[in-house]
Amino acid sequence: MTIFTHLYKEDRAGGVLLGLLLAAGLLVPVLNLGLGEAHPLHLSTYTVTLLGKYLCYALLAMAVDMAWGYLGILTLGHGAFFALGGYAMGMYLMRQIGSRGVYGHPLLPDFMVFLNWKELPWFWHGFDGFIFALLMVMAVPGLLAFLFGWFAFRSRVTGVYLSIMTQALTYALMLAFFRNDLGFGGNNGLTDFKEILGFSLQADGTRAGLFAASAAALALGYLACRFITRSRLGKLCTAIRDQEDRARFIGYRVEAAKLWVFVFSAVLAGIAGALYVPQVGIINPTEFAPLASIEAVVWVAVGGRATLYGAVLGALIINYAKSYLTAAFPDAWLFGLGALFVLVTLFLPQGVAGLLQMVPFRKKGGTP
Amino acid sequence: MTTLERFRNFWPRDRVFDFLVPQTPPDLDLTHGVILYLEGITVSFGGFKAIDDLNLYIEDGELRCIIGPNGAGKSTLMDIITGKTRPDAGSAWFGQQINLLKMTEPEIARAGIGRKFQKPTVFENHTVQDNLELAMAGPKAVWPTLTARLNAAQRERIESVLETVGLQAQIHRRAGALSHGQKQWLEIGMLLMQNPKLLLVDEPVAGMTQQESERTAELLVSLAGPRSVVVVEHDMEFVRSIARKVTVLHQGRVLAEGSMDDVQHDPRVVEVYLGGEPCSTLKN
Amino acid sequence: MPMRSDSYRRHLLLATIAAVLLVLSPYAAGLARSAPGTGFEEGMTLLLEEDFGRKAAGVDMLAESSDPRAESILETMLAGELFYLKENRTLVQARPEGDGFAARAILGDADLGTVAKRKLKKIAINNSLRGQLESALARLRLSNADAGVRAEAVNKMLATVTPESRAQWAGYLQSETDPAVQAALRAALALTVLRDGSAGPAERRAAVAQLAGHLHPTVRNELARLLAGEPEAPIRKAAQRALEGIDARLAWLDFFETFFFGLSLGSVLVLAAIGLAITFGVIGVINMAHGELIMLGAYTAFVLQQLLPDAIGTALVLSIPTAFVVAGLVGMAIERTIIRFLYGRPLETLLATFGVSLILQQAVRSIFSPLNRSVATPAWMSGAIQLNAVLSLTTNRVVILLFSLLVFAGLALLLKKSSIGLQVRAVAQNRAMARAMGVRAARVDALTFGLGSGIAGIAGVALSQLTNVGPNLGQAYIVDSFMVVVFGGVGNLWGTLLGGLTLGVTNKFLEPWTGAVMAKILVLVFIVLFIQKRPQGLFPQKGRAAAG
Repeated sequence: MTIFTHLYKEDRAGGVLLGLLLAAGLLVPVLNLGLGEAHPLHLSTYTVTLLGKYLCYALLAMAVDMAWGYLGILTLGHGAFFALGGYAMGMYLMRQIGSRGVYGHPLLPDFMVFLNWKELPWFWHGFDGFIFALLMVMAVPGLLAFLFGWFAFRSRVTGVYLSIMTQALTYALMLAFFRNDLGFGGNNGLTDFKEILGFSLQADGTRAGLFAASAAALALGYLACRFITRSRLGKLCTAIRDQEDRARFIGYRVEAAKLWVFVFSAVLAGIAGALYVPQVGIINPTEFAPLASIEAVVWVAVGGRATLYGAVLGALIINYAKSYLTAAFPDAWLFGLGALFVLVTLFLPQGVAGLLQMVPFRKKGGTP
Repeated sequence: MTTLERFRNFWPRDRVFDFLVPQTPPDLDLTHGVILYLEGITVSFGGFKAIDDLNLYIEDGELRCIIGPNGAGKSTLMDIITGKTRPDAGSAWFGQQINLLKMTEPEIARAGIGRKFQKPTVFENHTVQDNLELAMAGPKAVWPTLTARLNAAQRERIESVLETVGLQAQIHRRAGALSHGQKQWLEIGMLLMQNPKLLLVDEPVAGMTQQESERTAELLVSLAGPRSVVVVEHDMEFVRSIARKVTVLHQGRVLAEGSMDDVQHDPRVVEVYLGGEPCSTLKN
Repeated sequence: MPMRSDSYRRHLLLATIAAVLLVLSPYAAGLARSAPGTGFEEGMTLLLEEDFGRKAAGVDMLAESSDPRAESILETMLAGELFYLKENRTLVQARPEGDGFAARAILGDADLGTVAKRKLKKIAINNSLRGQLESALARLRLSNADAGVRAEAVNKMLATVTPESRAQWAGYLQSETDPAVQAALRAALALTVLRDGSAGPAERRAAVAQLAGHLHPTVRNELARLLAGEPEAPIRKAAQRALEGIDARLAWLDFFETFFFGLSLGSVLVLAAIGLAITFGVIGVINMAHGELIMLGAYTAFVLQQLLPDAIGTALVLSIPTAFVVAGLVGMAIERTIIRFLYGRPLETLLATFGVSLILQQAVRSIFSPLNRSVATPAWMSGAIQLNAVLSLTTNRVVILLFSLLVFAGLALLLKKSSIGLQVRAVAQNRAMARAMGVRAARVDALTFGLGSGIAGIAGVALSQLTNVGPNLGQAYIVDSFMVVVFGGVGNLWGTLLGGLTLGVTNKFLEPWTGAVMAKILVLVFIVLFIQKRPQGLFPQKGRAAAG
C-alpha cells in the first residue's frame, strides 16, 4: 500500500487512477459473478466485456500518449501495433480451436482449409503455445516499431512527414492483411475462437478474468510509463520533443532515445491489442485502418497530452460516447467525431486534464 | 598464425571483444597547444559557396571572437565544427587525435565541444535544474539515462554551475519563464555541465540589455583559460570588451586575423564593412 | 367515372393501332422496295430453318443483301451467339449469364434482359457453314471502301482462316492496293498454307518468311505450333527466328503499354498531389481533407451529369470549372475557419483537418448514400486508340494524361506569370519577408488554399472517369499524394510532376512481379528509404535556408 500513499503525495491523478483500477478489477468481477441477475447491482457479462474493451483502448491511448505526448511523434499508425498484438493473440486462439472448427481439420484453421492449403505456414508454428504467443504479442509490434523507427529517426524525419509515414505504414499493412495469401484470414480475419488457456471464452468467469487482466495490464502499464516519464530518460523525451537540436548538441543520441521509447510504446499497444481480441472475439484488417489509429490520437487529445491519466480518461469518455451514439444516432457519430477533432484542437489543446488542472484545489500539491 | 592459435586468441577469459567495447573517441590530445584545426574547409549550397577554403586554428585556452558581415559563413562554420553540416572538402581536427568529420553531433558534444545557438535554446518545459541535469557530462545512452539518479556530488556540480551563471535563485523555475538574458545564461550553464574543452557561442548578447551584456562579457572571459571559447558576435563593442584575438570572415574565407586594433585598421576589413568609408561601428 | 373509362379505352385503341403501324412500317418499306439484293428479310427467316442447306442459302442472301445489319448478324452467328425466341421466332443475340442468357434483339437492339434457357433455341452451325460464314463475312468487310476497315477485317479473320479459302485470299490480295491490307492478306494467305497439311516444304518455308514480324497473336500461335510439329529442320529454324523476332517486338510493345499505364497512373497521382504540393509548399501544413476535396470534385461531376442527363459530355466539361469552384470554396472555408488559427502547429492542423475529412465523408454519405456511383463516360472519351494488332490505349486514360499535363502547365504559368503567383511564391519562400514587403499573407494563404483545393476538385472530375465515385474515394489519395510531394521535393511543382509520373511508372512495372498490393507497399518502402538518402526529395530547394 505504500505505493498508493507515495503516489497520493507525488501524483494525485495517477493515484486516483490506480485506486479506481484496483477497485474496478476487484469489484466488477464480483458484481458480475457474485450477484444474481435480479440483483440491482448486477453487471451483465455484456457490460463487463464492454468495460474490458474500454480498458484495452485506454492502454492503447496511453501508448499513443507516450509517443505523441512525450516524444512529440504524432503517430497515426499505432493501430498497426495494436492490431499486430491482436493478430498474435488471435493466432494463439485460432490454434486453440483445434479440430472443433467447421471443417474439423486437426491442424489448419478453417480459412486455410477453405483456401485449400495443405500445411500450416511457417509463421503459424509455435502459436499453439501461450507463452510463445505472449512473446510474439510483444516482439512483433516491437520489432516493427524498431525497424520503422530505426529508419525514420536516423534520417531525422520529423513532424508531419513522420506522421504521414506512420499512416502509410498502417495503410500498407491493412492492404497486405486484406490479402488471403498472406495467411491471416484475409478480410474476415481471425474469429470463432473457442477458449483461452483451456477456459471457454463464452463463460462469464473467463470474461470477468479478462476484464481483471485488462485492468491489471492498464495499471502496470501506467506504472511503467510513469517510471519512464519520471526518469531522466523521460525528461530527455520531452526535451527532445521541445528542442531536438539542443538535446543532440548536449550529447544525446536523440534517435536512440526516441527509438526505444517508441518501441516501448508499440509493445504497450501490442499488449492492449492482445487483451482486446479475446474479449471482442475477432481481429480483422480493419483494425489497421488509418481511422482506427487516428481515433486513438483523438482520445489522447481529448483527455490531455503528456499526462498519461488524461489518455485513459479520454479513451474512456470517447468510447463510452461512441457506444452510446453509434447505437442512438448511427449517422451522427462520424459528424461528432469529426467535430471533436476540430473543436479539441482549436479550443481545448490541453484536453480534459488541462481543465482539471485549472481546478483550484490541484494547486495545493504543486512543486515546492 | 595457426587456426588453433587463432581459436585460443578468440577465447581468453579476461578479454572483451572489440565490437563489445563501447566506442569512445580517443582522449583529447593537446600536445601542440592547438585545440581546433580547420584546414581547407569548403561547403557549398547549390552552387553558393558558404565556406571557401577556410583555415582556422584555435589555441588551447584562448578566447577568440569571429566577426563578419551577414552571409560570411559564421553560422555554417559552427555547423561544421559541431557536425551538423558536412563540408565538401577539407579537414577538421579536435586536438591531435580526434577527427570531427567522422563523428555525429552527439559524439562531438561528448568529446568536449559545447555549442550555444543563436536563439536561446533551452528546454522550456523543464526546470532550470532539470535543464542542467540533462546536460550533465556522464553516460548518455538510453539505459543509463533511464536508471540515472542525481547523487550528492552531481547536485553540488549543478549548484556550482548555477552560481557561475548566476541563476541560483531560479533553480526550480520553469526555463520557459526565464527572461531572455537568463535563458542565454542557462544555455551557457548547460554547456558548462558538459565539461567542454571548447565552447562555441553564437551571438550571446543579441537582445540583451547593457547590464546583461556586461555580465555575459565577464562570464565568457572567466570561462576562457581552462577551456577555449569561440564567440561569434555582431556587437563590436561587446567584441572589443572581451576579445584578445579576432578573426574576420568574409565570403566564406578568413579575411583578417589579429588583435582588435590590427583588424580594425586593416584596409580590407574596412572596405568589406563600409565599402571604403571609415567605420564608425568598428571605431567606437 | 364511366366517362373517364370510356375515353381511356379509346385512347388505348388508338395507341395500339399507332404502335402496330410503327412496328410494321420498316417491313412495309422493305416490301415496297423489294429490289434485287435486298433478300435481308428472307435470309433472316431462312436462318431459322433446321436444315443446314437452307441456312447456308440464308447466309448467302444476307451477305448479298448489302444491308448494314447483315455483318453483325453473321458475326454473331459465327460466334455461336445467335438464338431465336421460341415463342415468336425472333432472332436474338444471347450470352450465358448466371442461370439464363443475357439477350438482346438483333433487330432494333432492344435489351431483353436475362432470358431463361428453355425459351431460347440456338441457331446451330456446322463446319461447312462456318467456312461459308467466314468467307461471306470476308466478302462483306473486304468490300468496304475504307482501307482501315479492310485491314482490321483481315486481322479479325486470321484466327479462323481455313486452307479451303486459300484461292479466295489470293484473289483478294491481287485486287488489293493498300499496302497495310496487303500485308494482312499475305499473313492470311501464309496461314492458309501452314494450316494446310498437304502444303510442301518450299511453300511452308515461304509462308514462314511471310509471317516474320507479324504481330497478330494468331500468327504467333501458328508459328509456335509449327515449331512443335514441323519435320523439316530449316523451316523449324526459320520459324524459330520469326518467333523470336515477334517476341522481341511484343516485349517492347508490352514495355510500352506498361509504361503508358504507369504514366496514366502517374498523371492521376500528379493531379491529386499537385494541389497538396501547393498548400503544403506555401503554408507548410498538411490538409488531411485534401482527399475529400478530390471526392467533392468527383461528386460535382456526378451531380452535373444527373442534372444534364442528355449531354454527359457537356456536363463533364462544365464540371471542371464547377468542381474547381466548389472544392476551392470548401478549401477556403476550411482555411478561414480552422487552419489559420493553427498556423505554426502543423500536427494540430493535421488532426483538425482530419476531423474535417470525416465530416465531409459522412456528409456525402448522408446526402448521396454510402454506395458507389458511376459517372458515365462521354463517347469521345470511351473506346480505345488502336495502335497496331496488339497495342491499344484506352482513350479516357490518354485524355486524362493530357488533361493533367494541361492543368500542370496552367498552374505553372499561373504561379510564374501572374501577380498572385508571385505573391504565393514570395510567401512560400519567406513569409515574414513577404509580409514586410506588403504582401497580405493572410489573403495569399486563403487564395493559395482555394487554388490547391480547387485543383483537388478538378482531380476529382478526372478520377470520376476512371473509377466509381464513392465517399471513400479520397481516403486512398492523401497518403499517395503526400508521398508524391515528399518524393518530388516540397514546394517544387516540377518535382511533383516528375515524382508523380515516376511513382506511377514504378508501380506499374512492379505490379506484374509482385501484384498490385505488394507493388504499392514496395513503393511506400522505397520512398521511406529514399527519404533516408535525400530528405529534401528529388529536387531540394536550393540555398542556405533549406539546409538549416
